[in-house]
Amino acid sequence: MKDVREALFVGRNSEGKLVHRPLSPHLQVYKPQMSSATSIFHRITGCALGAGTLLLTAWLVCAAAGDATFSVIQALLASWFGLLILIGFTAALFYHTFNGLRHLAWDAGRGFDLPVMHRTGWAVIFLTVAATVIFWVIGFLVW
Amino acid sequence: MDKNSAPSLHIMRSSLGRARGLGAAHAGLHHWWAQRVTAVALLPLALYFVVSVLLLAGADHAAMVAYMSKPWNTVLFLCLIAALFYHLSLGVQVVIEDYVNAEGARMGGILLVKGVIYVCALACAISVLKLAF
Repeated sequence: MKDVREALFVGRNSEGKLVHRPLSPHLQVYKPQMSSATSIFHRITGCALGAGTLLLTAWLVCAAAGDATFSVIQALLASWFGLLILIGFTAALFYHTFNGLRHLAWDAGRGFDLPVMHRTGWAVIFLTVAATVIFWVIGFLVW
Repeated sequence: MDKNSAPSLHIMRSSLGRARGLGAAHAGLHHWWAQRVTAVALLPLALYFVVSVLLLAGADHAAMVAYMSKPWNTVLFLCLIAALFYHLSLGVQVVIEDYVNAEGARMGGILLVKGVIYVCALACAISVLKLAF
């Protein structure tokens, strides 16, 4: 059965021709904003962290499997490709955590004013970069 | 309807139904609340995880066993695994519900992804326990 909403998404264009109305927001004509950008990035980093969780699973299972298997995954993670994934993983983790705090504040009814929302958005971006850099400086020092 | 009467909204729903707060999804607040609870739990646990990863950078198998066999590390890792995978399953469910329109594919996708997530959660927990004991 056709979706009943489809009947509502039909209109006439300036030439009088019947057309499907576009669904909004149409990404090609939609100016990126702090609100929409941080929102979709929260979802993207969440999905990326989901993939990262598979890596965490592999890491723990390899550790439990024994010495030989664990040294293989440790060497893989220490390669340039492994490090690239780990840097992305930590950046996504920090972003999702800091922006998650923003979401929890909104759930509590705080921080909805636009100037505040812009400030917290920039704070999330700054903190993500700072925490990722600090993490990897310490990481390479203790390695 | 009388044209002169004030606009009003008639809710065809019993008081009990409204009090329970269960809508068409028959699930109420549980999903939303569980996502927030696990999010709050993950704030300290994620910090612990980040510190653990730094402590275990380049560790060999013996160091890994020594770390995981400390009781607080075993417990905290198990807590992390529980909160993390639960939070992940709730989040992925919302993403699939938003983007997959076909009913069968949506339900099948959610069941499949959640199945994989629970298997991974169990694999992580058993691995931590195996390292600890």
